[in-house]
Amino acid sequence: MRIIVPIKQVPNTNDVKIDPKTGTLIREGVDSIVNPEDLNAIEAALELRERLGGEVIALSMGPPQAADALKEVVAMGADEAYLLTDRALAGADTLATAYCLSRAITKLGDFDLIVCGRQAIDGDTAQVGPQMAEFLKVPQVTYACKLDVVEDSVVVERHLEDGFETVKARMPALVTVMREANRPRYPSMAGIRRACTEDVVHRWVATDFDAEPWRIGFDGSPTWVKRTFTPPPKAPGKRLEGTPRDVAKDLLKTFTEKNLL
Amino acid sequence: MQFELTNEQKMIQEAARDFAQKEIAPVAAELDREEKFPAEIVKKLGELGFMGMTIPTEYGGGGMDTLSYVLAVEQVAKACASTAIIMSVNNSLVCYPLYEFGTEEQKKKYLPQLASGQKLGAFSLTEPNAGSDAGNQQTTAVLQGDNYVINGTKIFVTGGNMADYIIMTASTDKSKGSRGVTAFIVDTKWPGFKVGSLEHKLGIRAASTAELVLTDMKVPKENVLGTPGEGYKIALRALDGARVGVSAQALGIAQAAFEVAVRYSKQRQQFGKFISEFQAIQWMIADMAVSIEAARLLVYKSAFVKDTKKYFSKEAAMAKLFASEMASDVTSKAIQIHGGYGYTRDYPVERNYRDARITQIYEGTSEVQKLVIAATVLKEFAQ
Repeated sequence: MRIIVPIKQVPNTNDVKIDPKTGTLIREGVDSIVNPEDLNAIEAALELRERLGGEVIALSMGPPQAADALKEVVAMGADEAYLLTDRALAGADTLATAYCLSRAITKLGDFDLIVCGRQAIDGDTAQVGPQMAEFLKVPQVTYACKLDVVEDSVVVERHLEDGFETVKARMPALVTVMREANRPRYPSMAGIRRACTEDVVHRWVATDFDAEPWRIGFDGSPTWVKRTFTPPPKAPGKRLEGTPRDVAKDLLKTFTEKNLL
Repeated sequence: MQFELTNEQKMIQEAARDFAQKEIAPVAAELDREEKFPAEIVKKLGELGFMGMTIPTEYGGGGMDTLSYVLAVEQVAKACASTAIIMSVNNSLVCYPLYEFGTEEQKKKYLPQLASGQKLGAFSLTEPNAGSDAGNQQTTAVLQGDNYVINGTKIFVTGGNMADYIIMTASTDKSKGSRGVTAFIVDTKWPGFKVGSLEHKLGIRAASTAELVLTDMKVPKENVLGTPGEGYKIALRALDGARVGVSAQALGIAQAAFEVAVRYSKQRQQFGKFISEFQAIQWMIADMAVSIEAARLLVYKSAFVKDTKKYFSKEAAMAKLFASEMASDVTSKAIQIHGGYGYTRDYPVERNYRDARITQIYEGTSEVQKLVIAATVLKEFAQ
């Protein structure tokens, strides 16, 4: 099995505060982390490798410091890591990003499976995975909460709003996984040592993966951001006051009124 | 002088923090309340390489430096002091002396299992009448053919009831006093080994503390660690390293209590104000912050000196003395900031306060640390 896992370094939005005056995110001093669902993708890939053999290759596009995110997944057990880093790639939207990643994957050679996280916590688009599948012309199965490989196919349990769906797709294929898929492992001492002592992150510029200049970076990005804003805070809930007995009574009454009981 | 951690050290600190906060912190209060040994957690720590961190990789260890180890103990102690001491014992008092004094055969046989957490180690020096006077060993080991026959009672053995292997001392020649003490690698499955009573303690309640009763326990000659008569020296060397571990434990306990207390002071209102706005509270916060930082520098420095392979007894004793006294003071202030609530089990500072107390006692009391420091200083001034 040759499994490729594209990952993204994102700001830790748990730490992000909102500037009360401008309503924008304050990103200064906020740690960067590996996008949480990308860790689920790594875990899924590592579990398949442990069962079926093969290798797990992590791939990312971003500024040079995104190498830290790749080192983290190498510490978890990924075999190799590639970082697409080039000024020419800056300003990419999801289309240009998916284009670059799929070009790089083509350059890496044959693969059996691409496992992505469902979406990144900074953009929440969930577009890059599906777009990559289109570029690479392979089947895609999104929102996986369980996946397995049976002979030459990947069998995926999809978590949908109104139920579950099981889909079988011939490999090579692309799967995007959700948080529920597994519990990502912690990096081990051996993994950390490997990530830090060896030069594990290969750096590629745009020409290394034969990207056409008009399709990358800002120029290759058709998306126009009209406006970003923070949604208004939710209205405060109803507060019940009084003695515990009164509060309990009111609560029960409210529940009954709303048909929750 | 360089105050920046390396990438590797940062990654280890982060991995330890992540593991400790997600896997240990949520159950720490329960482990304490029920005096429950965290066997599952220790196993996981072992799988990740935290149980033999400084042991070279060829013996199944993590191959890390002592500062990395200290950073990890600190993070684990912040979540659970009991788990931290189990980790410290296995690393400093078991794996380290085995690596430093063991034969190639012993290292190959025991280290890979111990450093990976597949087996748990314990260290047994203390006896009812050999506390600070540890050289006064009443347990005897008599050579009979190819075996030593050990008889006696050992006490206060951290994890002694859970361990697979124990580094144990006994007197092989009473006439020589501490120079007649020998260290052994003991397999707890051997006949004649029995776990006696378990202590019920003020703090670190999840780290069991066992009495061991040894009756005609046969130990093969090849399980002598070092040479006969070298046991006391080996124990002291191991304790030097363990003091670095305990100082990191004290640091983690204090840091935990400090963070909870500062957050509490910003939520609790009295007289219409957050109590963090009162100078009385601010002074406590300032004192706590300064003493934690001072302790941290001593602790990290002792780890650094240990890695230079220089003599580090003084630095280890200083770090342990200062950090343990600091931890008792800081956790006490953390309770003070909480007022009556801090005295209840509803707040973690109550546990932090109880856990901190032991760090002034084990691996050598504060008074013993002062003896070590003074002896070294006086020697430095020798004519």
